[in-house]
Amino acid sequence: MAVYNALLELADDHLVLGHRISEWCGHAPMLEEDLAMPNMALDLIGTSRTLYERAGQLEGKGQSEDDLAYLRGERDYRNCLLVERPNEDFAHTMLRQLYFAAFMHPYWVAAQQSSDEVVQGVAGKAQKEMAYHIRHAGEWVIRLGDGTEESAARMRDAVEALSIYVDELFDSSLAAQEAEAAGVLPSRADMRAEWDKTIAQVFDEALLAFPEVPFAQSGGREGLHDEGLGHMLAEMQSVYRAHPGARW
Amino acid sequence: MYSQGLIGADGRTDETPEFLEAFQQRIDAEDKIEPNDAMPEGYRRTLVRQIGQHAHSEIVGMLPEGNWITRAPSLRRKAALLAKVQDEGGHGLYLYSAAETLGVSREQMTEELHSGKAKYSSIFNYPTLSWADIGTIGWLVDGAAIMNQIPLCRCSFGPYARAMIRVCKEESFHQRQGYEIIMTLAQGTDAQKEMAQDSLNRWWWPALMMFGPHDGDSEHSDQSMKWKIKRFTNDELRQKFIDATVPQAEYLGLKIPDPELKWNEEKGGYDHGEIDWNEFWSVVKGNGRMNRDRIKARRAAWDNGAWVREAATAHAEKRRARKMAAE
Repeated sequence: MAVYNALLELADDHLVLGHRISEWCGHAPMLEEDLAMPNMALDLIGTSRTLYERAGQLEGKGQSEDDLAYLRGERDYRNCLLVERPNEDFAHTMLRQLYFAAFMHPYWVAAQQSSDEVVQGVAGKAQKEMAYHIRHAGEWVIRLGDGTEESAARMRDAVEALSIYVDELFDSSLAAQEAEAAGVLPSRADMRAEWDKTIAQVFDEALLAFPEVPFAQSGGREGLHDEGLGHMLAEMQSVYRAHPGARW
Repeated sequence: MYSQGLIGADGRTDETPEFLEAFQQRIDAEDKIEPNDAMPEGYRRTLVRQIGQHAHSEIVGMLPEGNWITRAPSLRRKAALLAKVQDEGGHGLYLYSAAETLGVSREQMTEELHSGKAKYSSIFNYPTLSWADIGTIGWLVDGAAIMNQIPLCRCSFGPYARAMIRVCKEESFHQRQGYEIIMTLAQGTDAQKEMAQDSLNRWWWPALMMFGPHDGDSEHSDQSMKWKIKRFTNDELRQKFIDATVPQAEYLGLKIPDPELKWNEEKGGYDHGEIDWNEFWSVVKGNGRMNRDRIKARRAAWDNGAWVREAATAHAEKRRARKMAAE
């Protein structure tokens, strides 16, 4: 069950962030971003699907990817808080993406050594995707941080708002710790040095400073979320739940 | 601003009878007209209008389908819909690029969309009210679009024709995907079947209207046919669409909402009831359910994104200045 729960945490991170980015579709600041953001959303949702499927197999109770995505409520979702933060504006969205990808890239690189073949397979593909998410989001953070007065101010606001969710990325729940000990998943804490390096490089060019975080927020891994996640899930699950047992 | 220096991009051509005759001969010989070729101003204007409208339709069309991305009832459907809406955006981009070869900028075209000067396909002024609408849009709306667009792959203007080859391949994939969504519903629970039928009832007539007014009432038809921008008339294409679609609906066990629909052995096609042209013109004139909301959403995306675009330009400027200072 520990591996099942640990995979759910990872799958939820990817689905929730993918869903958040997909909310931009058709409303991006320029057509090029209306093409780029769905790409990132597709990567994340694709990864979540494989992870849910694998989690369902390991659990052995016949739960499909859709059962896991659509039939669990907000107290059962195990994603970290960063990924559920609302889009706010393009600065928040790109910074959230950078923070997440800067964590997931070294994570997936390490997960290529997983004892689980499915995780290995996901890792091989996802580490490439995360590398370009870092590049794409990172370039935007630089452009906005070193753009106009307004964009720099918005970028600083985003840093202020989202940095309190960073530490949670590196905390392993009990389930994750077991999966790490079993060699299925890499240790989250090990990613800190690489994350710090990536962010320092981007922030240096973006003329941004990573702030002191006197009190970091956490609780997502125990299903203690912000108020927004329930709304997101209510919307996402509405059709599926209105027609129990239907095939789509 | 993207197209400075193109020959004739200012629209000035010396349209002597000899020039027009020679141009028509190239068209008749199925020669492709390329951006730097001299062309009659009317030909250029028609293409700018048509390609621009087409591009805008792709962009506005992202909205009604985007309305269901966050509620798609399975992860597989969610991913497929995201990819589809992304394709539409991609079509918009090729088409804006094709129009830019005629000396008009994407910004200019965007302005015209937002001001209401440029039109887009009226079909997108209808709301998407259930998941089934995502299937119906693929099946009927993309299906009708393909009927219109396949002949455009042979359009006399090279960049448009080439863009349409890729667009049509993707649209045809979307059409099959949409049909598959509807088929799943039609074979599903009673509520799903009802959802599919309700959706067909709402989209059938607007889909037929996508082919435009009757041939006799179509303002741009004759000249466009002569210039081989257009290859079939509105009514011909509409008939083809009906003949192809009716058996598909029958296969699904869905009923086309037209009591006058009947096979006509003699003409080898279906006879159908009259389209409500008052509704058609009313939506074209801006009175459809969603006209205001669609433009409002596009304007909001553009206005809210202004600071991002300005920042990107400012940053590029700074980089350029730093590079020059370093050299």
